[in-house]
Amino acid sequence: MKAPATTGTFHLAGSAQGPALVLSQALSFWGGIDVETGDIIDHSHPDLGGNIAGRILLMPSGRGSSSSSSVLAEAIRRGTAPAGIILERPDPILAVGAIVAEFLYKISMPLVVCDISGIASGDRIAIGLGEDAQAMVSKL
Amino acid sequence: MTLELTTGDQSMLHGEQGSAAAAAMKILVAFAKAVGARKLLNIAGAHIDGCLYHGQASLDFVERLIEGGGRVRVPTTLNVGSFDLIHPGLVKMPMSQEAPARRLMMAHLDLGCQATFTCAPYQTRFRPRFGEQIAWGESNAIVFANSVIGARTNRYGDFIDLCCAMTGRAPAWGLHLSENRRGQILFELTGGLEPSDALFVGVGLLVGQKSGDRIPVISGLPQPRDEDQLKALGAAAATTGAVALFHAVGITPEATTLDEALHGLAPEEKIRISRADIRHALARLSSVPDGVQLAAVSLGTPHFSHEEWMRLLPLLREVAPGRGVPIYVNTGRATLTRLQDEGALAGMEAFGLVPVTDTCTYVTSILERLDGVVMTNSGKWAHYAPGNIGLSVGFGDMEDCVRSAAAGRVVRGAP
Repeated sequence: MKAPATTGTFHLAGSAQGPALVLSQALSFWGGIDVETGDIIDHSHPDLGGNIAGRILLMPSGRGSSSSSSVLAEAIRRGTAPAGIILERPDPILAVGAIVAEFLYKISMPLVVCDISGIASGDRIAIGLGEDAQAMVSKL
Repeated sequence: MTLELTTGDQSMLHGEQGSAAAAAMKILVAFAKAVGARKLLNIAGAHIDGCLYHGQASLDFVERLIEGGGRVRVPTTLNVGSFDLIHPGLVKMPMSQEAPARRLMMAHLDLGCQATFTCAPYQTRFRPRFGEQIAWGESNAIVFANSVIGARTNRYGDFIDLCCAMTGRAPAWGLHLSENRRGQILFELTGGLEPSDALFVGVGLLVGQKSGDRIPVISGLPQPRDEDQLKALGAAAATTGAVALFHAVGITPEATTLDEALHGLAPEEKIRISRADIRHALARLSSVPDGVQLAAVSLGTPHFSHEEWMRLLPLLREVAPGRGVPIYVNTGRATLTRLQDEGALAGMEAFGLVPVTDTCTYVTSILERLDGVVMTNSGKWAHYAPGNIGLSVGFGDMEDCVRSAAAGRVVRGAP
């Protein structure tokens, strides 16, 4: 049985499922992610050593250099990116990376903006398309 | 908040102007929605920071736009790449890296971009005018265009700068709009400072560190000798912070008075900068003491202007360093061509001069020796080079750099 879903706004539409990885601090993909593995390599980040590949990545916002667009697109190409990203606040840099990867490689990694409270690391999360093209985020 | 598109925007989005324009508009629309823009506006030019090779995706993107019949719609300059196409022997790179790095630079030309390959497009004939809307990448170019010229751009980057160029449009938000160009944090310089090159670097470092996402206003800055001193200030501020626009009262065009810079409002915060603060900020740029052996000198970050060359060349003739310590000077290819046409560089290699174009000594493998100390007059180079290419830096002004090259060791405070 699914718990009631939260609705959000798609910045890139798609559906995905996976275990949640909730970051308390924003992570810059450029300088923060090893694109070959999906490992978090930012030494100043509390989740140093974690891995984003195949997870539903939740964080307050994006951060840092515009080169993060390239890093996200490259990670999606290599299969080391999250299955989906959920942010509390919109981030144009990650939106560009996701949409460029969809354009180039036909891989839609959903990017959703919504309230992320109530989700903990390890929860299995599904992102799906709801009414009026809204994003539906639910715990499985 | 909804994004309103014109019929022209819609036509591009729906593929009526080719698949490349459609893709660029689609990405631009997604970006515009994410920043909360209500509409797009026309731009007069673009500067693309897409020629440094970061991975397959960046090259795939440009190749796909070429396949889709893509052409830029406004005059578009290119930032530095990973390779010096004019002096190919200078860059030491394995062929497996060189081929895609070269192709990325050349592929942008297939889209109709200009082969400028410079981080200082404001030194070229494509320099924008006051009040013009533009979409620029490269942090030092952005801050120069906004602050020194009064053109209007946000901090564009990866993919989006090219999407603006391919559509001739940019989201109407941020620094494109007059009301968002108001100075918010006031830096007051005290103590009757001399307009030395180092002063402008030091002020830039401090302003960058302390501004956060607010627009700085600087009062008490002495009149600069030339715009290169403002170039150095902006480059330093965009290195230690995310500064895209600064106002210098009585100097930059949107700050004739303090009141104009602040749009008639009070600053949110005031910070005093003393001579000691500047000295301290500059001291942190150098990781070595005076007297240590020198491996090389690197000048021209951002790219050396013609005026800077006109100050360097007489100094080289006067001090006459030997060939022992190479003096690398990063510069735009258009500036180099002009110097060659003027015959200004004849015989200069005897003083160790090595001009570098199309790239920069801290983004690619050019320096012969990475085990020693490199001296520079650039706050930006001093900040990034230790992390990028792993060496020690001595910071000094141009004359210190040349005299150090002659001495073979770091010498500062020349007579």
